[in-house]
Amino acid sequence: MVAHDGRGGCGDYASYVDCAEAVRQLYVYLDGELTDDRRLEIAAHLDECGPCADAAGFEAELRAVISSRCKDRVPDSLIARVASAIAAEEACRGSGAAPSSAPA
Amino acid sequence: MADRARFAEQAMEHMTALYSAALRMTRNPADAEDLVQETYLRAYRSFDSFTEGTNLKAWLYRILTNTYINSYRAAKRRPEVSDVEDVEDLYLYHRLSPEQGFGRSAEEEALAGFTDEEVKEAIEALPEAFRIAVLLADVEGFSYKEIADITEVPIGTVMSRIHRGRRALQKTLAGFAQSRGLVAAGPATAP
Repeated sequence: MVAHDGRGGCGDYASYVDCAEAVRQLYVYLDGELTDDRRLEIAAHLDECGPCADAAGFEAELRAVISSRCKDRVPDSLIARVASAIAAEEACRGSGAAPSSAPA
Repeated sequence: MADRARFAEQAMEHMTALYSAALRMTRNPADAEDLVQETYLRAYRSFDSFTEGTNLKAWLYRILTNTYINSYRAAKRRPEVSDVEDVEDLYLYHRLSPEQGFGRSAEEEALAGFTDEEVKEAIEALPEAFRIAVLLADVEGFSYKEIADITEVPIGTVMSRIHRGRRALQKTLAGFAQSRGLVAAGPATAP
């Protein structure tokens, strides 16, 4: 029997997966990428096992923190640059000239 | 087939996400701006190959990633082949555990305490392949299949990069929490 991989100990529940297995599958579970059968097995384990559920909750919160801390404000100058670059391309196409063959 | 005249109205709303990803990839605002502009131009030129109704954001990310790998990384001369250190599962969580003299309050304090700069720095510290995989998964929320399509690598490789990249990211974040006295140094579990 593999030792508990989460925090503290939980008994050897009659669940299909033990704690070590649940921890191994945790990221794929949180990513929503397990098969339905596998997802239900992990969910059943997390329902029964407080320590693993706590670890899963922490990992989910950490994911949300990482995502929310990675926002950057787009400089107005970039929005303008991109818009005018696309407008220039449109103008080229409208005049029938391929952009690559436009005179320098 | 998508109508090029409708490109701007559909694609411009994704610029905030693309610019953030470009910043994490290039780690440099000037390069990130150039990369985003190049991405939009390429996307505009090939918009007739985009299938209306499919995932435009994923399509734009594919162009962004390809452009970065082909143009910006190449300009740096050294292809990044570096690997990440092996870090165990639940690295950060284990270091905030009651056995280490910490607990729920430390977890919350650690999570609330990470600044934008720390999280960005931790992601940017990852080797390129891991950085892109973690960015697409955890910041942008793409599925494994979408990331495999965007980065043009097999799904098993994507999963390995995401999982190993996340663990390495946790180690860097643990270092920041440790500097605030929230995380135990050294091994997480007693022998």
